[in-house]
Amino acid sequence: MAESRGRFGIHGGQYIPETLMNAVIELEEAYNHYKDDPEFNAQLTELFNEYAGRPSRLYYAEKLTKDLGGARIYLKREDLNHTGAHKINNVLGQALLAKKMGKTRLIAETGAGQHGVATATAAALMGMECVVFMGEEDTKRQALNVYKMRLLGAEVIPVTSGTATLKDAVSEAMREWTNRISDTHYCLGSVMGPHPFPTIVRDFQAVISKEIKEQMLRKEGRLPDVVMACVGGGSNAIGTFYHFIEDKEVRLIGCEAAGRGVDTWETAATIATGKLGIFHGMKSYFCQDEYGQIAPVYSISAGLDYPGIGPEHAWLHDTGRAEYVPVTDEEAVQAFEYLSRTEGIIPAIESAHAVAHAMKIAPQMDKDKIIVITVSGRGDKDCAAIARYRGEDISE
Amino acid sequence: MSRIKEAFQDKKAFIPFITCGFPDLETTGKIVRAAQENGADLIELGIPFSDPTAEGPVIQGANVKALEGGVTTDKIFEFVRELRKDVTVPMVFMTYANVVFSYGSERFISTCARVGIDGIILPDLPFEEKDEFDPICKKYEVDLVSLIAPTSENRIAMIAKEASGFIYIVSSLGVTGVRSEITTDIGAMVKLVKENTDVPCAVGFGISKPEQARKMAGLSDGAIVGSAIIRIIEQYGREAAPYVGEYVKSMKEAVMDN
Repeated sequence: MAESRGRFGIHGGQYIPETLMNAVIELEEAYNHYKDDPEFNAQLTELFNEYAGRPSRLYYAEKLTKDLGGARIYLKREDLNHTGAHKINNVLGQALLAKKMGKTRLIAETGAGQHGVATATAAALMGMECVVFMGEEDTKRQALNVYKMRLLGAEVIPVTSGTATLKDAVSEAMREWTNRISDTHYCLGSVMGPHPFPTIVRDFQAVISKEIKEQMLRKEGRLPDVVMACVGGGSNAIGTFYHFIEDKEVRLIGCEAAGRGVDTWETAATIATGKLGIFHGMKSYFCQDEYGQIAPVYSISAGLDYPGIGPEHAWLHDTGRAEYVPVTDEEAVQAFEYLSRTEGIIPAIESAHAVAHAMKIAPQMDKDKIIVITVSGRGDKDCAAIARYRGEDISE
Repeated sequence: MSRIKEAFQDKKAFIPFITCGFPDLETTGKIVRAAQENGADLIELGIPFSDPTAEGPVIQGANVKALEGGVTTDKIFEFVRELRKDVTVPMVFMTYANVVFSYGSERFISTCARVGIDGIILPDLPFEEKDEFDPICKKYEVDLVSLIAPTSENRIAMIAKEASGFIYIVSSLGVTGVRSEITTDIGAMVKLVKENTDVPCAVGFGISKPEQARKMAGLSDGAIVGSAIIRIIEQYGREAAPYVGEYVKSMKEAVMDN
């Protein structure tokens, strides 16, 4: 009897078609081999530093701190990475791994387009073929990113099934992977899906908390009191949390997209409104109806518009180690505008969800406390949509 | 002997797949009866799922339309209870893990046994995860059907040894849907299965024509057809039963010609 692998408490596992089982087993074996391989790690660090621009800055947001009048706020600037988001960390790791495995083609899903752009970028750099699945709805919301992916040589396939958003892009990428496995690696963009993806993606994103810790000790001589990030599938959040999980005095806060509110149907806040289920290869929490039909979730943010959450987050929630809070569209848009005005930093609308929650808690905290917010991406891609949200019609 | 095993007793089986509630449950009932009358040996009833990741566009579409029509797990259980008043052919559910899990695994599987469902096929439940449902299935004597794919290779023996009911051999890479040609070496897969179990095996994915069904059933113990039947239902809607019946008849004849 073979055993279920990749569990975080009761969550995780490998709920996928038999057709893909040998592919994920092969991936796990390759990853276990290369993760401790000095040459692989040296190559990845080189890519991180010289190509992606790591380490990313830990910036003390003095004006923001003064204006909110409470805890000292630092911003972990993942928005300054090459391609404008944390997504590149995971993609460079997976693309390098795929290349070592002899794969010549990358496929990926994307919501806001940041993971798709990052995958297309890595594919261009490493001379690999690239196909990105993107919900048709999202190709409209994020037209600029669609152009970028094509410019980088990727093929973008609009997905029309279901709600034509991120979850459908994941489903379609999985379907494509069952169709063509031998030369293709599915470069999954978040800490979700079947084992070993939640672990692999976390490990590649953990560079975020590793750097925060080093930078914080250098700047302040101590650990922060709170680290926080937005959560869709949860890759930048797990990257932000990971090296602090054992430091129990550090509060970990994940900010979910509540859309128009957790008391409405138009929400994507999984911890707040979901229940335990099995979908997209994993056991975790999902927004679903009483019969297990996956809910057509909604958020202004295409990157958080997903009905599930990664299994390690589900476990951190179960154990109480991390807190998950809902943030509405309106709160996120206000934070998007506020950070732009106060610090001259335009955050991705995804990251603005974390900024919004910091705006609520920082004023309640003492001035000697420290909050770190991961700004997972930059907001250029969102400007037209936010302008439209505010009733201003601008063309890109 | 389990009713599923009887379906394969001394004959090659023809197994049609029908999505419950497409276009409505009344029509599904007529189609099931037409399939039984025309020689179906085992019927797969699909419980629609919002995000069927193993399905091609045809069955995806049927899932969406059935759900839009308001079909639910409870309505399908009630529907099967009614069917069993006169339908005697073995029937299995084909659905996704979350449909079973969210209903309450024990509640779902015990209800299957009570209404007369003989087995469950879950394409997103590989061997490594079967403990999620298998102990409960054994308790209520509902067969949890195992799947084997063209990529299974070294896994076939392990899967076959613990199989029950029948083994679903996935003919090709990719998702469900009509294919002009099946290139996998099905014979080699079946040989490995037979070396490890006496549980019968049937081939599905991509079969639509009698000639394909004849060949696949010749290599194994039966042939499974889904998308081609859903296409007929798409075309004829509420009037589809006699057309599906005619099709089942032609496919059954082909399968028997072995």
